Amino acid sequence: MLAGKIMLECSAETYRVEDTMDRIAKAFGIENPQSYATPTGINFSVDRAEAANFMRIAKRTTDLYKIAEVNRISRMIVADELSLEEALKSLNKLDSNRYFYPNKVQILAAALVSGCFTIMFGGTWTDFLPACIAGGIGFAGMLSVERLVEIRFIAEFFASLIIGLLAWGFITTGLGLELDKIIIGAVMPLVPGLHITNAVRDLMAGHLVAGVSKGVEATLTAFAIGAGIAAVLAFL
Amino acid sequence: MGIVAQLITSFIAAAGFGILFNAPRRSLIQCGFVGMAGWILYFILVQNGMDSVPATVFGAMLVAVFSHIFARVYKTPIIIFTVSGIIPLVPGGMAYEAMRSFVVNDYFNAVQYSAKVMLLAGGIAIGLMFSEVANQIIRKVTLRVKKVS
Repeated sequence: MLAGKIMLECSAETYRVEDTMDRIAKAFGIENPQSYATPTGINFSVDRAEAANFMRIAKRTTDLYKIAEVNRISRMIVADELSLEEALKSLNKLDSNRYFYPNKVQILAAALVSGCFTIMFGGTWTDFLPACIAGGIGFAGMLSVERLVEIRFIAEFFASLIIGLLAWGFITTGLGLELDKIIIGAVMPLVPGLHITNAVRDLMAGHLVAGVSKGVEATLTAFAIGAGIAAVLAFL
Repeated sequence: MGIVAQLITSFIAAAGFGILFNAPRRSLIQCGFVGMAGWILYFILVQNGMDSVPATVFGAMLVAVFSHIFARVYKTPIIIFTVSGIIPLVPGGMAYEAMRSFVVNDYFNAVQYSAKVMLLAGGIAIGLMFSEVANQIIRKVTLRVKKVS
């Protein structure tokens, strides 16, 4: 159950979550575990007639590291290398553990990604640096706004607004050549690529509810980014 | 310098996304490699005159194939590799053009771009799905072979 919660918070695919919970339950000798997961909550019962446990998932972030770790733990459980208490202890430790790359590294990565995408979409090397700066500052803006406001939508809107303004600034001061290329590159770190792939994979696995809701989440994010850029373009 | 620059930038971009998504440190290189492979296939196909939609399908397929291999070899969830690998193929530029056209009241182009974005996203989905299906078939066939022997 805790494994499922951790995995959902880190936005794993729901079918992987259900699969993991079932495997762990089976490894502990439960013959007929029933699990049902959506991006916002999980149900789990030990048997068909038993009482069901329910858990609400309040916040969702992206954390591939934890997904990999839960995966490792569940493999060890299935292979009988961990007892119930040990497994619970290690999962609890993982849950309270806030292992993230430091913000500076993340912003640096975002900046590099932005610059590289500018080149990949046919931009010139002159636009590399402006895109890096715009992408980095935009991502930093998103992180700080997200800390103030709990709504991811708003944070993404502000980030793309900042990017749009910066890109426009670079063009008018003559540091950048093509507005489009800079904006496209700088916006890429915000693009909800993970949600799109997850939505598709969930839909393929037959989890229609989860797939559709993740698709909507991705669309909302894309819309927020578009709105931010559009606001800049409309007023300048 | 064309292809070399593309190789390097796509590798850095995919690995950078691995950092943004907090992928385990030891799998960053593989993330970058998967992204690079998918993007280069797409890039070469487009350069040789293929339409971007089928090119995206093939790119996504290659990404998925490599991800499956890496997931098997390193015993990590496949999602780590697919997510960062697929990023370069996401039609961000096209989506931006669509949004821009909407803002300047150019609905004719806007709808065209939007349709293209939908097709490209569908192409990614088909590419990913195809290799998933292939993987399942291979797994079932090998299981059956094992049972028979």
